[in-house]
Amino acid sequence: MIRYIIRRLIWAVALFLAVTVIGFVLFYLIPADPAKEACGKACDAAMVARVAHYLGTDRPLYVQYLRFLGRLMPLSLHHGLHLKSPNLGQSFVNRQSVNSIVASAAPQTASLVLGGMVIWLLIAVPVGILSALRPRSVLDRLSMTGVLIGISAHPVWLGLIFSYLIGYRLHITPIANYANFFHPLVGQPGGPVQWAYHLLLPWLTFAILFAAVYVRMIRANVMETMNEDYVRTARAKGAPESRVMFSHILRNAMLPVVTMLGMDVGLALGGAVFTENVYSLHGLGFFTVSALNTYDSPTVLGILVFATTAIIVMNLIVDLLYAWIDPRIRLS
Amino acid sequence: MALLEVKDLKTYFSTGDGVVKAVDGVSFSIEKGETLGIVGESGSGKSVTCLTIMGLNAKRNTISSGEALFKGEDLLTAKPGRLRELRGNEIAMIFQDPMTSLNPVHTVGKQLVEAVQLHSDMSKQQARARALELLKQVGIPRAERRIDDYPHQFSGGMRQRVMIAMSLINNPDLLIADEPTTALDVTTQAQILALIERLQAEYNSAVIMITHDLGVVAEIADDIVVMYAAEVVEGGSVDDIFHSPHHPYTWGLMGSLPRLNTDVDRLAQISGQPPSLLRPPSGCRFHPRCPYVMEICRTVDPELKPVPGDQNHLQACHLDEATKEQEAARLLGAVAGVS
Repeated sequence: MIRYIIRRLIWAVALFLAVTVIGFVLFYLIPADPAKEACGKACDAAMVARVAHYLGTDRPLYVQYLRFLGRLMPLSLHHGLHLKSPNLGQSFVNRQSVNSIVASAAPQTASLVLGGMVIWLLIAVPVGILSALRPRSVLDRLSMTGVLIGISAHPVWLGLIFSYLIGYRLHITPIANYANFFHPLVGQPGGPVQWAYHLLLPWLTFAILFAAVYVRMIRANVMETMNEDYVRTARAKGAPESRVMFSHILRNAMLPVVTMLGMDVGLALGGAVFTENVYSLHGLGFFTVSALNTYDSPTVLGILVFATTAIIVMNLIVDLLYAWIDPRIRLS
Repeated sequence: MALLEVKDLKTYFSTGDGVVKAVDGVSFSIEKGETLGIVGESGSGKSVTCLTIMGLNAKRNTISSGEALFKGEDLLTAKPGRLRELRGNEIAMIFQDPMTSLNPVHTVGKQLVEAVQLHSDMSKQQARARALELLKQVGIPRAERRIDDYPHQFSGGMRQRVMIAMSLINNPDLLIADEPTTALDVTTQAQILALIERLQAEYNSAVIMITHDLGVVAEIADDIVVMYAAEVVEGGSVDDIFHSPHHPYTWGLMGSLPRLNTDVDRLAQISGQPPSLLRPPSGCRFHPRCPYVMEICRTVDPELKPVPGDQNHLQACHLDEATKEQEAARLLGAVAGVS
């Protein structure tokens, strides 16, 4: 087990480095000069050169990369070995520290994704199980139609419709923006209730696509597990249907859901771009898009680092969780 | 009163292609402590019969009729709650494939304890002690350590032993074994059969052994029921069936057994294929494959009647008695010296 964890950690580090290198190189290859963008249209060549020197973009690529890595490390070699906090750099555009951008954006994305996850599971698990128990019934056919719509409908389209109908026309929920849970800005709504209230529509929009996919998967898994021999054995022992369902069927059918959940949440934490865009949630996806538009590579790379770390950590957690709940994996 | 008396059991499945008559009028009975072997080809209805008796078939597209009287109580009309009380408790069943019959995510101990706690008020410790006792009885080595192992850590033979332990843990009066050794190698098969026999004697349970292997029934059964195409074609004591078979299908089964003392290039077989249960043949269902077929066989399905002189030996065939005895003697004469 320990060797497994160490191997996974080494692999995670290698993956992390690979992702950052690729990100760095991609930015380097974009035919836009960040110094020129940052300086503005009124700059001449000499001023652009000074900006480039200040930003550090006139150094060779590998030097830039190494400095980037150096900033990222929690250890520092300046004035002897000591701990420092990882620094994601400074935005080319407004010199804001990327750390602070991520620190403000991550909670919004996390709120959206984790809350959305709860909602999509609350929808998908019961609907998936009931559809599997009564295949080809009215409920089943309705839910499969719903699945089709949920997968086909674009989150932006759904989001716009919801915010218009439910937010604007019916005034049931706010149309856009985020309410801070802990520290509302002056004049802004805040606190737990407002936080949830402002997130209702985003959660719904975000959850629909995933709920659709998970209903399909849970239905298929439960139907397959229902036909397994050990389910018949459980009934032959005289177990009541509730026990057969929870202790035998679901305990097995839900295993793949755990893996997929980890992967999906990890991916979504990198920025649920569409939903954030529609509801003006300034999360990671939002900042990535705006940074890309201004060729602001530190911000993009900083968010990339954060997202990569989140995905790697989530996958590691899922692997360990899976080993814990499936004894066949644990003991092989 | 017989422990289990099955009268004219029928189980039909309605499918998109029509009604599949999986069991079409099966009757037999078994007394306490006896062993009944149900023999037949794949698809003859042996398993479905027993699944219906246990109530494990009750799905939307299934129609059952007839009676299955367990100690006088009809299982086919019993409430689901009553059936659950009986299953795993007074009537237990073990299945064919031990590799998939145990839940892979629960330890063997937990599954055994579940079987106990479903039918008694024992505490977890008591149930676990009982589970350990059974594991030792079925011959699992180092049972104290193995009880917390998972099914995938056992071999096929060991898993079947665990299944047997699980079925006997509540002292059932009746154990239904659905081809328990088919998926195992021959040596393990012999061990498992010996185990079943030993435990049966200890617990005084009746055993219904479903199998397609005549060798198995010869060894372990007191009585035999031969099924073909969802019907019983012959039934009687093991002596009757093996020494005086009275149905062409049974002759075919006996004749196709390989013998150690003969040297043949091809094994004898029954020509033709098992019939479709969706549209079974008219009259006697065996008539398309029967070497002795007569005109009446094509139109009239023979009734199950006793052989003259032996009330307990039943057979369903239109052939006259003399021909039957002649053919039986000829068949057994051809293999004299082995049986």
